[in-house]
Amino acid sequence: MKAHKYGNHVDTDVIIPARYLASQDEKELASHCMEDIDKDFHKKIQPGDIIVAGLNFGCGSSREHAPLAIKASGISCVIAKSFARIFYRNAINIGLAILECSEAAEGISDGDSVTVNFDTGLITDETNNKTYQAEPFPEFIKKMISDGGLMKSLKKSKA
Amino acid sequence: MGMTMTQKILAAHAKLNEVHAGQLIQADLDLVLGNDITSPVAINEFEAAGFDSVYDKSKIVLVMDHFTPNKDIKSATQCKQCRTFAKKFDLKNFFDVGSMGIEHALLPEQGLAAPGEAIIGADSHTCTYGALGAFSTGVGSTDLGAAMSVGYTWFKVPAAIKVNVTGHKRKFITGKDLILYLIGKIGVDGALYKSLEFSGEGLKELTMADRLTIANMAIEAGAKNGIFPVDDITREYLQGRVKREWHSYEPDDDAEYESVVDINLDELDCTVAWPHLPENAHSARDGKNIKIDQIVIGSCTNGRIEDMEAAAEIFKGRHLASGVRGIIIPATQNVYRECIKTGLAEIFLDAGCVISTPTCGPCLGGHMGVMAAGERCVSTTNRNFVGRMGHTESEVYLASPYVAAASGILGRIAHPEEVF
Ligand code: SF4
Repeated sequence: MKAHKYGNHVDTDVIIPARYLASQDEKELASHCMEDIDKDFHKKIQPGDIIVAGLNFGCGSSREHAPLAIKASGISCVIAKSFARIFYRNAINIGLAILECSEAAEGISDGDSVTVNFDTGLITDETNNKTYQAEPFPEFIKKMISDGGLMKSLKKSKA
Repeated sequence: MGMTMTQKILAAHAKLNEVHAGQLIQADLDLVLGNDITSPVAINEFEAAGFDSVYDKSKIVLVMDHFTPNKDIKSATQCKQCRTFAKKFDLKNFFDVGSMGIEHALLPEQGLAAPGEAIIGADSHTCTYGALGAFSTGVGSTDLGAAMSVGYTWFKVPAAIKVNVTGHKRKFITGKDLILYLIGKIGVDGALYKSLEFSGEGLKELTMADRLTIANMAIEAGAKNGIFPVDDITREYLQGRVKREWHSYEPDDDAEYESVVDINLDELDCTVAWPHLPENAHSARDGKNIKIDQIVIGSCTNGRIEDMEAAAEIFKGRHLASGVRGIIIPATQNVYRECIKTGLAEIFLDAGCVISTPTCGPCLGGHMGVMAAGERCVSTTNRNFVGRMGHTESEVYLASPYVAAASGILGRIAHPEEVF
């Protein structure tokens, strides 16, 4: 999976600008994802690609549209040095996989081919043959993400 | 590895012997809170997911505080949705006009938060209850919708910063001055993700009102929560309010702190945060040339009876400067009643102020004191972001009730010593 790399403090306004918030349609949100820092983002993403970023990814407003737009773009995982707190919660709640790993965020270059093992937290950069260890998610978070988010997961377990 | 206070509370609620910073856990919740802005979104989520029950009808608190008594049709519709939901599920803690107060002042007052409990609220200032030794933090609306149904949620265990308080408070120094000074020192993201854990012999100088104000603004330093140890001051406050059993947690001797910030109360002066960030801390003595149009004394930060008393101490026998509007908002019905009973209301009226029913009102630019372009307000609230109290060209200066009242009297930012 190809890595798309960004810097520090990527805020929710650039992930999905407020002018598109009237829409709840995931495809529409995805088509504007990241457009204010990378206008061809939605064209270059292949399903399963990952975003690699620096510090404080997702800072700014608490809009849940931000992780939704990223997920709907086909991104399978965001790896960053750190995430803003509410983005972090929202991402997991809507079923977007995210991993905090400073070494990987440093070491991976734009365009590298990267695989992520969610069971072990192992991140492999196949382009330069390096591996990085992130803390793996515990079972219930893995389940939440694979069920498609918090509400779907709870619905399933209550049913 | 030793644990901090926060880590111990989280471990207990996750039924684990030990947790460490960064670990993701699932924790049971003692209380789940929503207000008239965030609850409707959560109720929509709750209904869309097809939930048909709440986990405990006495552990969900809905408070209609932001735009109440309703200021327009939209806010009336939102409150109606909450009312219907509360009735349908027979919620025991639904606070509507007549019983409501600003949520973070109301919950401690009503004994709904206690030491050692784990509490979430779809409101960022939910961190207030850390003053009582509880773990409490703000979440999103999806979190609230889910938690109302299942009674647990997931957390990432935070690392901690220790705030070591020493020395003695001087006259007119309050919790507000301490927290504004602290945010000025570490910045609005100085505690991002982390707990602010307060400790030190100086804590005995801090009243419960001081502590509630300090914990309330932990979020303004980016913190996940702020927390105080339980001591005699806590126990005295809980007396007669909290009847259920509660637990106090102390940090282990070898608990890990990422850093330690020292605050010497002897050196604290009345502090004001200039626009447009809470970290722009200055001494109240530096504002002599800053003329003002309005003061607001109220909010979840400083709307308690102690805050009303502080303001009245300054206003007694004095009057607002001409051209300054004074808006006093007791945070709860009890505070309101106390103001009338003890004669504080009379002092405010004599000083030329108006007294509002409890509401968030102007704190978030909602109603009851919104500002026009070019106007300035000294406010006891917690955020001075661009446009927070109205027009994007208006300015909010954050301060204690002493400073706000003194500024109202002199028509400019003032140190309380200047009016005596
Ligand atoms: S008083 Fe202000 S900060 Fe407090 S809950 Fe209301 S709007 Fe939020």
